Amino acid sequence: MTSFLFAAAIFVLVMEALGLVRILRGPADADRILSVQLIGSGGVAVLLLLSAATQTPAIMDVALMLALLATFVSVAFLRDVRHSDEPTNT
Amino acid sequence: MKFAIDIFTVVMVSSGVVFFMAGTVGLLRFPDTLTRLHALTKVDNLGLGLIVFGLLPQAQGLLGALKLLSIWVLVQLSGAIVSQLIAQATQRSGRQT
Repeated sequence: MTSFLFAAAIFVLVMEALGLVRILRGPADADRILSVQLIGSGGVAVLLLLSAATQTPAIMDVALMLALLATFVSVAFLRDVRHSDEPTNT
Repeated sequence: MKFAIDIFTVVMVSSGVVFFMAGTVGLLRFPDTLTRLHALTKVDNLGLGLIVFGLLPQAQGLLGALKLLSIWVLVQLSGAIVSQLIAQATQRSGRQT
């Protein structure tokens, strides 16, 4: 069971690493923030899998924090995009 | 009984991981921002949801299970809000150019 959970965590990590390619290529800033969003939810999944694999409940709190911070990153970024747009409109 | 629970976990976590793979492939291959957003919401909802569902029987006690569920609910809420914001920003920049 432990090795299966570790394997699943590693697989999700590899998928996140592939998602980084979109940060490199993404034509718009919105595409890059999509990749960050993927890393946020993927990171939460990895931490939950590791917490179950190593029987360490504390890692679950780290996952909770990561979920919260990933939200803040996206909201702060998009707020910034919107504010930089407004002066050019008027 | 323990064996049946383990089988349940393996099946659920595997299907969640498949959704993560599908979301990553969609993020890399789809042609524009809104379709990529569509691919990503599947990861947020089903990928993480199935992994959490699979890990529920492995959780330590009721409190651990509740914490798992609350993490999932938090990611659901933030995913919904951030998707709306990204779509709004995309539409706005599309109108300008």
